[in-house]
Amino acid sequence: MCGIAGLIHRGKSSNVGSELQGMLQALKHRGEDSTGYALYGDTDGKNFIMRFKVGENVGEGSSSIVEDVSVYDERKKIVDQTLTELGAKIVKEERTLPYSLRYEIVYDKKDLLDFSQKIESIPGVEILSMGKSLEVIKDLGNAKAVCDRYSLDKLVGTHAIGHARMATESGVDIKSAHPFWGYPFSDVSVVHNGQLTNYWNNRRALESQGMRFMSECDSELIAVYLAQKMREGSSLEEGMKESLTGLDGVFTYFVATKNSLGMAKDTMAAKPLVLYESDDLVAMGSEEIAIRSILPQEIDTYDPFDGEVKVWQI
Amino acid sequence: MANLKDTEKKTKSQAMGMHTEVLTGRTQQKFFNPDEAENFYYFGTYDVDFNKRTDLDVINMTAADANKKIDSLMSEGYGTIVIKNPQGKHSLGVGILNKLNLIFEGSLGYFGMGSCDGPIVRINGRVGWSCAENLMAGKVVIEKNAGSCFGAAIRGGDLICKGSVGARTGIDMKGGTIIIGGDAGAFTGFMMQRGRIIILGDVGINLGDSMYDGTIFVGGEIGSYGSDAVDAELTSSDQDWLRRKLKVAEIGANFDVSKMKKVVAGKKLWNYDNLEPTEKKGAI
Repeated sequence: MCGIAGLIHRGKSSNVGSELQGMLQALKHRGEDSTGYALYGDTDGKNFIMRFKVGENVGEGSSSIVEDVSVYDERKKIVDQTLTELGAKIVKEERTLPYSLRYEIVYDKKDLLDFSQKIESIPGVEILSMGKSLEVIKDLGNAKAVCDRYSLDKLVGTHAIGHARMATESGVDIKSAHPFWGYPFSDVSVVHNGQLTNYWNNRRALESQGMRFMSECDSELIAVYLAQKMREGSSLEEGMKESLTGLDGVFTYFVATKNSLGMAKDTMAAKPLVLYESDDLVAMGSEEIAIRSILPQEIDTYDPFDGEVKVWQI
Repeated sequence: MANLKDTEKKTKSQAMGMHTEVLTGRTQQKFFNPDEAENFYYFGTYDVDFNKRTDLDVINMTAADANKKIDSLMSEGYGTIVIKNPQGKHSLGVGILNKLNLIFEGSLGYFGMGSCDGPIVRINGRVGWSCAENLMAGKVVIEKNAGSCFGAAIRGGDLICKGSVGARTGIDMKGGTIIIGGDAGAFTGFMMQRGRIIILGDVGINLGDSMYDGTIFVGGEIGSYGSDAVDAELTSSDQDWLRRKLKVAEIGANFDVSKMKKVVAGKKLWNYDNLEPTEKKGAI
């Protein structure tokens, strides 16, 4: 059991960091091994924002191997050097935690595949997100703990998706936490609730086509699957519709891009989702109490049906 | 575990030779004697006065506290209770075993009104998954939409949703009636064993999959039939019953029931015959 939540404001910005924190905290009984946020903030759209990690959170409950903190500094140095070699210029640097960093960089090339491959060839380094609006922040603990740790409650933007995880099929670590970046596409992120039963078949096929997996979490497959569909020329919505038959198992997932938010539900409708939709706001979550955390007044909500795919624009 | 012992005081069933032992200790057998019907006690029930009404705001209560408060109000004789600000909380109104007018001014989360036997409930909002699971008797009306597993395993009573419902509505139901004003999702009536489901709108794939018995009436389109679910003739008595039921449910006032589809169990699954596994494959 995991909990997912998402919201999109249409035609305006809002404090999506705080709103998503409230929604995910309401779902903490569905899992608090880790919590992740994919926030689409208001930016000038000029620079890339790269969130990456140079190590794991090895605190209580973590399944990661303890490393000497000094290796984080060494990895960071190599990342900085590699960025220079790639022609990227760091214009702002934040190191929230020893293992977690946020860079704003100027990088002119559109194809992020070569960029990402070079950065992630550094052992222990993983790009959590890359985009001009998207920031993926994920760590161990419940929504409030992660929000407080990364000071997310003041982030203003248009839309966001998030995930409260009960680890079942892979470790309690940041690499297995959601959301997953739609590598190597700028500003694409995915969260998922469910189990995929044809994970290894799909993974082997996608890896043979050059796609990268960072974890053994089945949910990562959705991000990679959609990224591959887009590489082949499908639109995001087309890729999501194809996923209903291409992915086997039970799932409800959200995917977000710079300008849109979408949901897909498997044909068995085995995983819950409650949806609220108005002219200026769409909010959805595994349970209605998530939506109630931002809309306490009486509202009309509904469950999307089996095999349903929906996409909203900002 | 309760003790077993012989007893000199015989109940009617013991006098008839049906058994010779009674349970003692924390768990005790209760025997119903028609001669003592007025003394028969259904544990956890209260005599309530429908004209005695109160409001209960649960905005700052946990579900457990809210349910305890409802129980406490019933014990004081309140027969009409209006719940304010349920705000999607889970498991509200569960385990009510007596007559009661219960009104929710808002929406419920998962497992609302589970394991009830007798109350009349109106929910002026939406309900989450597994609303009214194991309902034995009574009536539950939802004014808006409902989540999946609506009316799972109900044994009796009327469960009415004026909006649309999710997947697996009436899964494993063993009696009672479920009425849906809108559409229903996949696997509606999955493994149902008795009772009736009425859907005025469309229904998703695998309708009535592996149903043992019971009847499903559909007013709109059917996504697909499940294993062993088959069409049956809609008789005039079916139509009369549907009109009566919809009228009582205050739903689909002008709905033309004569055009509804009736779906029943084909009864060709293995448990309906004594064929060997290899033989039954040919039978289906």
